[in-house]
Amino acid sequence: MAKIVIDPVTRIEGHLKIECVVENGVVKDARATGNLFRGLELILRGRDPRDAQIIAQRICGVCPQSHGLAAALSLDSAFGIADKIPDNGRILRNMMHGAMSVQDNVLHFYHLTALDYVNVADVAKYEGNDSQLNSVKDFINRGALEPFMPRYEGDYRLPAAINQAAVAHYVRALEIRRIGHEAVAIFGGKIPHSVGVVPGGVTSSPTPDNIMAYIWKIKILQDFVNNVYIPDVLAVAAAYLDYAEIGVGCKNLLSYGMYDLDGKSPNYATRERLFKQGTIGADFKPGALDTSKITEQVRHSWYEDATSNRHPSLGDTKPQPGKADAYSWSKAPRYDGKVYEVGPLARVAVTYAKGDPKVKELVDGALKQLKAKPSALFSVLGRHLARALSAKIIVDNLEGWALSLKPGQPAYVEYELPEQASGMGIIEGTRGALGHWIEIKDKKIANYQAVVPTTWNVSPMDDKGQHGPIEQALIGTKVKDEKNPFEVVRIIRSFDPCIACAVHFVTPKGRDLGQYRVV
Amino acid sequence: MVKELPVIYLQTAACSGCAVTMLNTASPTIKNMLIDQLAPGVHINLKFHPVIMAAAGDLAIQAMEDTAKRQKGEYVLVVDGAVPTAANGAFGAVGERNGKPVAMMQRVEELAKDALAVIAMGTCASFGGIPAAPPNPTGCVSVQKFLASKKITKPLINIAGCPPHPDWFVGTVAGIIMNGLPKEEDLDEFLRPKLFYGKLIHENCPRRAYFDEGKFAKKFGDEGCLYELGCKGPITHADCPIRHWNSGTNWVIGAGAPCNGCTQPEFPTETAPFYEKLVDVDLPVVGAYWANKEGNNG
Repeated sequence: MAKIVIDPVTRIEGHLKIECVVENGVVKDARATGNLFRGLELILRGRDPRDAQIIAQRICGVCPQSHGLAAALSLDSAFGIADKIPDNGRILRNMMHGAMSVQDNVLHFYHLTALDYVNVADVAKYEGNDSQLNSVKDFINRGALEPFMPRYEGDYRLPAAINQAAVAHYVRALEIRRIGHEAVAIFGGKIPHSVGVVPGGVTSSPTPDNIMAYIWKIKILQDFVNNVYIPDVLAVAAAYLDYAEIGVGCKNLLSYGMYDLDGKSPNYATRERLFKQGTIGADFKPGALDTSKITEQVRHSWYEDATSNRHPSLGDTKPQPGKADAYSWSKAPRYDGKVYEVGPLARVAVTYAKGDPKVKELVDGALKQLKAKPSALFSVLGRHLARALSAKIIVDNLEGWALSLKPGQPAYVEYELPEQASGMGIIEGTRGALGHWIEIKDKKIANYQAVVPTTWNVSPMDDKGQHGPIEQALIGTKVKDEKNPFEVVRIIRSFDPCIACAVHFVTPKGRDLGQYRVV
Repeated sequence: MVKELPVIYLQTAACSGCAVTMLNTASPTIKNMLIDQLAPGVHINLKFHPVIMAAAGDLAIQAMEDTAKRQKGEYVLVVDGAVPTAANGAFGAVGERNGKPVAMMQRVEELAKDALAVIAMGTCASFGGIPAAPPNPTGCVSVQKFLASKKITKPLINIAGCPPHPDWFVGTVAGIIMNGLPKEEDLDEFLRPKLFYGKLIHENCPRRAYFDEGKFAKKFGDEGCLYELGCKGPITHADCPIRHWNSGTNWVIGAGAPCNGCTQPEFPTETAPFYEKLVDVDLPVVGAYWANKEGNNG
């Protein structure tokens, strides 16, 4: 029996360690541990509730727009104005979040994932006139190859020409994601950690010049997604088709829905959204979203068992470091007591299963190209494909939204700060289902809970001993070469984990540095 | 012969916002920073950076430790994040040694000891920032405070901001390459380069005329100075109003939102509540509105 320990897992957000127990070349057990705790939930307590969206964005500098928006929605609902946000405000929020998500998906594929599949070294053989590629060639010839070397070796399958093109796209994608940020900043002021989204709407005002500036940045993103990103995902997929059966996971998917198409209903779980709210299982039968079914379990986390299996609005966090059988700072969120995966795959698959004609056509078309069945979506490749399609669905809508803005009309509504209230904000963050719950007493934050996408995905075992989604996706995987465990990192990165999000809301007092190791 | 300037980018108690803001550098681009010769004959050799490096696990840690060993006194250490010190650093670890996690505070100590210089990237590294806010559950401190507690004296530059503008970091690195390490007079009392942090937001704000005339926005979307909506520009040092963010696209007050003071040691606690008017702030009296206010007659 061997053990693979990867600490740190790089090219993700945050500090993650993965341990796999390998027997006869197959992963028998897998455990995920977050390696950093900051305690933002405690830092939020006692503050002015309106500050929540400023502080909550600092949960994660990769997806701050998601946290800012979830916080603002939870405040809107607490302040009784969830159905009173002016259309300009609702649309601008969609536009900022949309541009942010698309650039984040591009970043994930090219800058966080591609180096697991693309052989940068092939650029040394490049003989053409592309000045960017030649500058990379010069870099390789000089011989100081960090941060692209060292790396795992032995499974780079793409032909040299495709590797070279992919490196050129890696460089171009750096510009694309920067332009995506610029589009956010037009209405958000700056990013990371923007300032435009506030409870009540947004602070900025749509004007013909900023609408047009936004649209033409979006067109650059749209061109890249449709003509470079999606073809590249399909090209990588064609060379790594075995990954359509690797990293399958729990096959239960949960989506909170995203991009409010109408702000008239105060109920986020049922209002009309571009990506639909709901669940599916292996049979692709859609179920309605019922947020009362969400609980967090702590049997295998360092918290007192008495706090287990509570709804986030009633959540409590009582640390018990060194608890027997516990091995993670992450709690285990469950839906209806079952393990659910969240992410772009979930929102695309739920929308697909609910019969949205455009999404159905897109997904079926891509699967046909890969000669794959819908069940192949539950895999490493399925997650990458769904992420790219999610980016396409979003980016194809952004111009239309921008054109529906009404300059001169308000984007913000005033409200009164209540003495006492509670609120919930649920959205699809870039990485999946994101919920913020707030409780206000004496006009201050009394309690704040966020159940974030990566907490679902990196969760440890729950009260019934069911492994979390990433753990399930790892268990049973064949590892060809334990010294170069490509399969393990490719599975982990297909979830696009964001550990800052996952572990910043738990509150252990400390831990024995030696205690959590298994085996 | 190209000179390689080794850099270790260590993330501690942080959110990755500082790593992401760096990707936004417009000129030079991040590709220019990593691949090309930044200045003729000088290339930044990024030995360790958890968000972008190809290597993972022990392979990555080895790259970091080998640099510290083989290029003693030659590499620049960038610390992105505050340093968690409670419970002997148990709240944050980076990699392992002999099967045991290595605390972030131990990494900072080991790497700073043998560095040429240390750059504290962002407000968490510079002043403690978000994770050090009350009740500071993890005992986070700034790099400056941590190094002082370990009696490590290395040239230290604080690039404050949550996150900082990429130009503030890139410009500082450019200065090191062109002129060597900054001199004492180049930095302010908080070790921030005066080139970028020398003036208050308030001094260069395009809405300053509104302030001087007493025309204040009462709600978001109004014309006027954002002072009464909580703007911390009058106490915040940074060149945002003239530099603008995201390739010069916009900035906080340009989006109609109040500055929240993110480059200051007081962020995020004394600069909050973010949407409440500053109290007891001593500002230069300029326009007619202020000159006529009671108590300002002299």
